Amino acid sequence: MTKELLSGNDAVAEGVRLARAEVVAAYPITPQTTIVERLAEMVARHELAAEYIPVESEHSAMAASIGASLTGARAFTATSSQGLALMHEMLHWASGQRVPVVMANVNRALAPPWNIWVDHSDSMAQRDTGWIQLYAETNEEALASVLQAYRVAEDPEVLLPAMVMLDAFVLSHTYMPVDVPSQAAVDSFLPRYQPVARVEPGSMQLFGSFSPPDLTFMEFRRDTALAMDRARQKLLQAGKDYARLVGGEPLGLIDEYRTEDAEIVLLALGSLAAAARDTVDEFRRNGQKVGLARLRSFRPFPEEEIRSLGRKAHSVVVVERAHSFGSGGPVATEVRSALLGLPSPPAVASYIAGLGGREVTPKHLGALVERATKKETPREAWVGVKELVA
Amino acid sequence: MVEHVKPIQPTWCPGCGDFGVMAAVKKGLLELKIPSEDLVLVGGIGCSGGIHNFMDGYGFHALHGRLLPTAIGVKLANPRLTVLAIGGDGDGYAIGMGHFVHSLKKNASIVYVVMNNETYGLTKGQASPTSLVGFEGNVEPPIDAVLTALSVAGSGFIARGFSGSPKEATNLITQALRYTQERNGFAFVEILSPCVTYNDTYDLWRSKVQDVGKLPGYDKSDRGKAFATCLEVMQQGKIPIGEIYMPPPEKRFRSLDASLIPDPTKGPATLDISVSANAEKYAKMLANLE
Repeated sequence: MTKELLSGNDAVAEGVRLARAEVVAAYPITPQTTIVERLAEMVARHELAAEYIPVESEHSAMAASIGASLTGARAFTATSSQGLALMHEMLHWASGQRVPVVMANVNRALAPPWNIWVDHSDSMAQRDTGWIQLYAETNEEALASVLQAYRVAEDPEVLLPAMVMLDAFVLSHTYMPVDVPSQAAVDSFLPRYQPVARVEPGSMQLFGSFSPPDLTFMEFRRDTALAMDRARQKLLQAGKDYARLVGGEPLGLIDEYRTEDAEIVLLALGSLAAAARDTVDEFRRNGQKVGLARLRSFRPFPEEEIRSLGRKAHSVVVVERAHSFGSGGPVATEVRSALLGLPSPPAVASYIAGLGGREVTPKHLGALVERATKKETPREAWVGVKELVA
Repeated sequence: MVEHVKPIQPTWCPGCGDFGVMAAVKKGLLELKIPSEDLVLVGGIGCSGGIHNFMDGYGFHALHGRLLPTAIGVKLANPRLTVLAIGGDGDGYAIGMGHFVHSLKKNASIVYVVMNNETYGLTKGQASPTSLVGFEGNVEPPIDAVLTALSVAGSGFIARGFSGSPKEATNLITQALRYTQERNGFAFVEILSPCVTYNDTYDLWRSKVQDVGKLPGYDKSDRGKAFATCLEVMQQGKIPIGEIYMPPPEKRFRSLDASLIPDPTKGPATLDISVSANAEKYAKMLANLE
C-alpha cells in the first residue's frame, strides 16, 4: 500500500491497472478524458497489458467492451453524460447478454443547455438498464469501487455489468491522498475472470439470439432480476473481503455516519455526502440527533438498509442531484417506496439540489435539516433556484 | 446581414484556424446578402461547435455528430431559411460519419462546413479520424472526407479550403451558398483549420496544399476524374484543395426539399395530408405508381 496524491480520474485508472484489465475502449469526453488518457499511458509504458481501442463514439466504446468481454477478457471503458446517454441501447445489451463489463461514469449534466458540471441525471436515467451502480464519495473509494465492481460483476452468480460513478470535477479533477493497494493484495482479492460462456476457437455458441414470447425471453429477464438481487449480498461480501485483503473500511450498500440514534437522517449520494458530514457534525455539536446515510449502491437498491434506518428516524431528508420530470427525485421516490409498510414510517423530504454543478454547501444542507427539526418535510422542493425574470 | 459578430468572445486560442473559417463564412454570407434573420447556424461539439455563438443568426447547438440531421430537419420544415451546419472533423467524421454519408445521399440544400484540424482539440489533442499515422500514437490511416464525398453518387458541391488562405476559403463558402440557392443541393466545404495548441500545421499545410483547379485539364464536373486527381495529388504528398467537384448542370438530382414541396412557400409540416380532402390526388398517385 502506498499513499499517493491522485485525482478521481487518476484513481479510477489506477484501479483499472490493478484490476489487470485486458481491453480498454476509449473515446474522449469532458470530464472523463483523463481516465482513458492515463490508461493509454499505462499501456504505452507496459504497466498495463491491455489492448487499447480508440473508437469513433461512445456507442462503439460499449460495443467494443461487450465484444471483448464475450471473449472472456476483462473489459473497461469510461464515459460521462452525453456519452452515457449515447450508450443507452448498448447498456441493455451488456446486461441482457450478462457480460461483466466495468465502466466509470463521471457524473455530468445532460444538455441542453450545455453544461459540463456535476449532476446525477446521466446515470439515474440508466436506472433500468440492468447495471450495478455504485456512487463514490472520495477518490480512494472510486479506486476501491472499480475493483469491487469487477469482483461482483464477474461472480458467476451475478454476471452483470457495473458502473462506478464519480462526480465531475469535485472528484474527477480534484487531487486527494489515496491509499493505492499493492498488486499482490489486489490479486488475492480479484482473481482472473473465469467466464461461464465465451467466444473462442473450437466451440460454437450463439449470443443475443432471437427469443419469441413463448420461448425464453421472460426467463432471461427474470434471471437478470434475480442476479441483481444476489448482487446485494455479493457487494457486502466484496466490501468486507476488500477491507480484509486490501485495506480500508468495509464499504456496503449504504454508508452510515452518526445514525445510531439519529432522529433526522440526511440521505445523499457521491461527494454531496462529504458536505453532509460537516452538517451532521454541526448539529451534533448542538446536541441534535442528526445522521447521514450515503447511498453508495443505487442498483441494487438497498431496501433493507433504508427500512432499518426508517425504524429509528422521524424524518429522512433526501438531497439529490437529479430529477425525474413528472415524478420527482428518483432517489426520494425509491426511499419512500422502501419505507412503505413500516409501522410508523418517517416523513421523507425530497430536495433537488446542485443540478448542473450548482454549489451545495454544508450551510445549505443545514437549512434543510433545520426545516426537518420543525417537521417541515416537503414532498418536493428545489434548493437555490433563482427566479428568472422575463 | 451578418455584419456584426455577437458580443461574445470566441473561446478559441489566439491564432486558431477557426477564426479564419468564421471570417470566410461571414464574408460569404455578406456577399450573398443573406439576412441574419433568415440564417440558421447549427453547431456541433468540439472547438468548432461554438461558432453559432459568435455570429448573428439563429443558433442551434446540436449533439455531438448530429448537426446534419438537425440542419436537414430545419431546412425541410422551412426551405426559405439558409441553413449552415458547421462542425469539426472529430464531430463529423467519427461519431457523425453515418450522417455525413447519408446527408450527401439525401442532398438537402444546406451548406456543411467542416473545420478539419486533424485532432480532438477541445478534449486536448487526441487523435481524430483525420490524424496522420504517428500523431499521438495513432496507427490508423486517416479518413479523407473529400474522397469519401466523391465516392457517394448523389454528392453535390464538394470543396476544400485552407484557413491560412482566407480569400480562397471565402470564395469556396460563397460558391457553396450559391450552389444551394441555385441548384437546390447539398454543398460540402472542408476547411483545413490548424489547431495552434495541439496540432500547429500552418507552415506544413501551406507547403502541401495544391489547388486542383490550377492543374492543367482539371474538370471539376467529372466525378471520376476528380477522385483520381485528388488521389494522385495525395500520393505525391500534397493536399488537394479548391473547388473539387461541381455536378454538371444537366445532372439533376432529386433534392429532398425541392421535390417534396409542391408549393415552395409552404413547408412540409404545413401540407394537408388528410385522406378525405386529398382522395383524388392520392388516387392519381397510386395510378401513377402502378
